[in-house]
Amino acid sequence: MFIVELARGLWVILRSMFEKPVTYQYPEVKRPVHARFKGRHNLHRYENGLEKCIGCALCAAACPSDAIFVESAENTDEVRYSPGERYASTYEINMLRCIFCGYCEDACPTEAIVLGDNYELSFYDRRSAIYTKEMLIMPVPEAGKPTPQKVEPGKFTRSIPVMENPKD
Amino acid sequence: MTAALLIEYIIKSVLILLVMTAGFAYVTYYERKALARMQTRIGPNRAGPWGLFQPVADGIKLIFKEEFIPAKADKLLFLLAPVITVIPALIITAVVPWGPTIEVLGRQINLYLANVNVAILYLGAVASIAVYGIVLAGWSSNNKYAMMGGLRSTAQMISYELALGLSFVSVTLLAGSMSLVDIVNAQGTNGILGWIVWNLSQPLGFVLFMIAGLAETNRAPFDLPEAEHELTAGYHTEYSGMKFAMFYMAEYIKIIAISMIAATLFLGGYLGPFINQLPWLGPIYLFIKTLIVIFVFIWIRATWPRFRYDRLMAFGWKVLLPLGFLNVFIAAVVTVLRGG
Repeated sequence: MFIVELARGLWVILRSMFEKPVTYQYPEVKRPVHARFKGRHNLHRYENGLEKCIGCALCAAACPSDAIFVESAENTDEVRYSPGERYASTYEINMLRCIFCGYCEDACPTEAIVLGDNYELSFYDRRSAIYTKEMLIMPVPEAGKPTPQKVEPGKFTRSIPVMENPKD
Repeated sequence: MTAALLIEYIIKSVLILLVMTAGFAYVTYYERKALARMQTRIGPNRAGPWGLFQPVADGIKLIFKEEFIPAKADKLLFLLAPVITVIPALIITAVVPWGPTIEVLGRQINLYLANVNVAILYLGAVASIAVYGIVLAGWSSNNKYAMMGGLRSTAQMISYELALGLSFVSVTLLAGSMSLVDIVNAQGTNGILGWIVWNLSQPLGFVLFMIAGLAETNRAPFDLPEAEHELTAGYHTEYSGMKFAMFYMAEYIKIIAISMIAATLFLGGYLGPFINQLPWLGPIYLFIKTLIVIFVFIWIRATWPRFRYDRLMAFGWKVLLPLGFLNVFIAAVVTVLRGG
């Protein structure tokens, strides 16, 4: 009888009124993202505070939507931003164009650019959609010093220090 | 008519209008909260404590939305249609009593606006005026889909108004009067026993009234107008902003009205324990009963899927109408057996 089925439906809905709500109170309580979630990019640093990015622009080359702009400049031992020869003097990502594909991450030889877990990317005008290097770069770790650093000559000759293989 | 009586009427009318318009806002809040709980969500809780200012925020948003009138629309009717829909919804509860007589400042005051002796006819008549608003909204939009939607809504309203009318007839037979005051009193003549006898003879009537009421207010599962993408009721196509909101306002006010009428006709109206000693309890009892009926409306909306249009018509004409006649027959037999 379909009337019985209708009544059963009503009963199920009434019962669900007394279950605990599953709502997350968003701005206060944030749901943790998954391990491989692709959010806003972060530009990483080494332990000593030097930037991992060496301004090679491979990320910009790999980017399918042409969202990344990199301009590089020469490092010297007096004014050093990253190990090796060059660093990114300008690093900009247009978040309106970015499709969060992660190709930049794959292309990066130094693991400098990594898609993080920040998904709160709202802005009121198109100009503020362009994220600059200052907005993307990670804070200086405790053991390190801020860039530019003054270092002894001949210490950082390789662009890529000895690295471990990626773990996840 | 003395000046005091005039003032009394004005106060009561203003009170009804205020309760209905404020009630409309808070029925939307009540519905959103209740629906959220049924779907194991929390619902609005940002604006004010427990989200209590949510209706105010909704209202402000609607006022600032862009309004649009189609170029070749019949402007006068286009602007008038929402008004024609809202006003009957506002005045429909004028005949519903909310309490017995009380004494204020040495004056006997009846807690109802009007004791019309053909109140039931008034309800049917006013309820059906609202359909003019909907059909005019569809027609004046100068859009053939809107017009077809409007006509479809009219067909729906008419088919369910018959069932609604028949459930009124059975109540009238039992009470021996068309006045809602008399109908409430008839339910209270033999105390709680009288009320039980009344409702034992009318379970079918109550169910019919609820179903027809749902269809009359365009509520789920008869909310075909809300199937915006497939059907549209005539006003969904071209109306925007506050004018669109007025159709919803009418719908929610009618939900309050239908719930109040259901409580009055079948649930004893303002009657309840200790009503004779404390007449002020009357409005409170009616309020609680109305809230319960509205809850049933929300509960049904959360549960049942929408009817298909042809089944809706078939259900109205082939099921509800015969059942309505059967119910009138039952009521007539009960009346004769009671020696009425």
